[in-house]
Amino acid sequence: MSVQAQPNPFAARTARARRRKIVGYVMEGVATAAAILAVVVLAIVIGSVAKRGLPAINLDFFTQNAAPFGQSGGGIANAIVGTVIMLAIATIISVPAGVLLAIFNTEFAPPRVANAIRLTLNVLAGVPTIVIGVFIFSLIVVGRGQSAFAAAIGLAIVMLPLIARATEEVLLLVPSSLREGSLALGASRARTVLTVILPTAVGGMVTATIVAVARAAGETAPLLFTCSIFVSTTIQTDPRQSMATLPIVIFTSAESPSPHDQQIAWAAALVLIGVVLVGSILGRVLSLRTRRQIERAR
Amino acid sequence: MTVRNPTSDRDFHLAGDARNRLGDRALLGAAAFAVAGLVLLMVLLIYKVVDQAMPAIREFGLSFLTGTTWNAVTNQFGALDLIWGTLATSLFALVIAVPIAVAIALFLTELAPRVLRTPIGMLVELLAAIPSVVLGLWGIVVMGPFLQAHVEPWMIAHLGFLPFFDGFPSAVGLLPACLILSVMVVPIVASITRELLSSVPSDLKAGSLALGSTRWEMVRRVMLPQITGGLVAGVMLGFARAIGEAIAVTQVIGGSLVRPENIYAPADTMAARLAAQYAGTATSLQKASLAYLAVILLAISLITNLVAQLIVRRMQRKLGAR
Repeated sequence: MSVQAQPNPFAARTARARRRKIVGYVMEGVATAAAILAVVVLAIVIGSVAKRGLPAINLDFFTQNAAPFGQSGGGIANAIVGTVIMLAIATIISVPAGVLLAIFNTEFAPPRVANAIRLTLNVLAGVPTIVIGVFIFSLIVVGRGQSAFAAAIGLAIVMLPLIARATEEVLLLVPSSLREGSLALGASRARTVLTVILPTAVGGMVTATIVAVARAAGETAPLLFTCSIFVSTTIQTDPRQSMATLPIVIFTSAESPSPHDQQIAWAAALVLIGVVLVGSILGRVLSLRTRRQIERAR
Repeated sequence: MTVRNPTSDRDFHLAGDARNRLGDRALLGAAAFAVAGLVLLMVLLIYKVVDQAMPAIREFGLSFLTGTTWNAVTNQFGALDLIWGTLATSLFALVIAVPIAVAIALFLTELAPRVLRTPIGMLVELLAAIPSVVLGLWGIVVMGPFLQAHVEPWMIAHLGFLPFFDGFPSAVGLLPACLILSVMVVPIVASITRELLSSVPSDLKAGSLALGSTRWEMVRRVMLPQITGGLVAGVMLGFARAIGEAIAVTQVIGGSLVRPENIYAPADTMAARLAAQYAGTATSLQKASLAYLAVILLAISLITNLVAQLIVRRMQRKLGAR
């Protein structure tokens, strides 16, 4: 419960008290204004992306590939397919790894080791994504050339700490009575984890994945040196090749002087921002819900 | 009728145990494998980035940090101007963002009606979810020209007497970069501060109010001193985020090769230079020099994050001990 300020019967009598009160009101006004400012900035950014992007959005924009250089028209179908494939690969890599890390931390690791792993994950989450781009370039791209696969590994590194931390949080929320009950019935640890704990926490793991995918969908820096050169303007499905993606299309079209490319950039930005915001909101709302559900089960 | 042999009964148990143990071992093995992968990833990350930079580290050594030329023709590379640009944009962004973020956190924990707290908190966090490439696009096309036409002339007229605020309006430059970075930093610092503020014990708050403080005095004298340590950690995490942002900054900062003379002029940061040049370098030494920038960024972000995490952990232990 929050504590409410009670009106002081003697306060209004002196000028000093009046000044203190006014300062209080001013500061409360400043705090409210700051919150309004943040919401307004969000609204302005989304609003101006929508205003400039909407005119170009129609069915063709989603179903047609990018127009060959210098021609008008064209859509972003190839970039959407590229982004989806890349995110799928990154998810396949990062979700099992992240869940295993969370299981290790909650089920096996002594507190010290678990703390060290948590610390490492947080530090990994803080590595600038452009540095991850340089890392993947030096690890995979040098000698082999750019590929969607290389970029997907970069995105998986971005997603891994998010998934591991969020999964660990939900695993810790699983009531210990469930775990103890299963062990008391003679189930092994592995069985307890696989048949009792993970199914209870699966909702939280799904939301963690949604949030991580939404974050990775908008990442540009890890793709810049690993999957940014693509000559073909058609749909590319071979992950050993480089493919077009939404962030790179926006990044390169934004710097182009042609109004047509600018239009494509805004429309692609609208699609990307839509996907990312829906994913983030969905993830957050779902995670509030699963948290409440698990807490109620307790 | 066969009488069960006690030995086979024991065997049965043992077999079950062994099977169970096998399952446990397999799960532990898989989990330990993931941990080993994480450790390997961190080591490999540092090794590979440093390895890329090795030619430049050998060529320039530590004088790279103090050199001011960046010339692919003469193959001379120094990072001082970029380090300066990185610190200038990040610190200025923090100066804008931290007060706003703390104010937002105060609003969300103390002032906002209960029903509005979750939705407004979520909207503020959504600012962090806007992809940086979209924010950068908005920065060059919408915000930059607006600043140039309306805000910067006003600032030059009214703040021009200050050393760094006189100059000519420009659509790309330090100022838009700082503003874009502060949009990215606000949600991070706000959500950390919010958590810290809600952890302040309510008896302390009630005590302050009972002694006749106004709500603001309670915030200033009781709540903020309680969370100083954690706030420092939050600001450090915001700083680490700001120095590492490459995409949006490279879009709005203008990529100047020289240090800007005022806050409106084009400049460049380490991360932005990396994003702009790494894919198409003229010489291998230039590529190595850019990787050297990545090494510096990596070192700063590792240290900042590590220290911030340790501060947070100490805070948590202190609060847990209460």
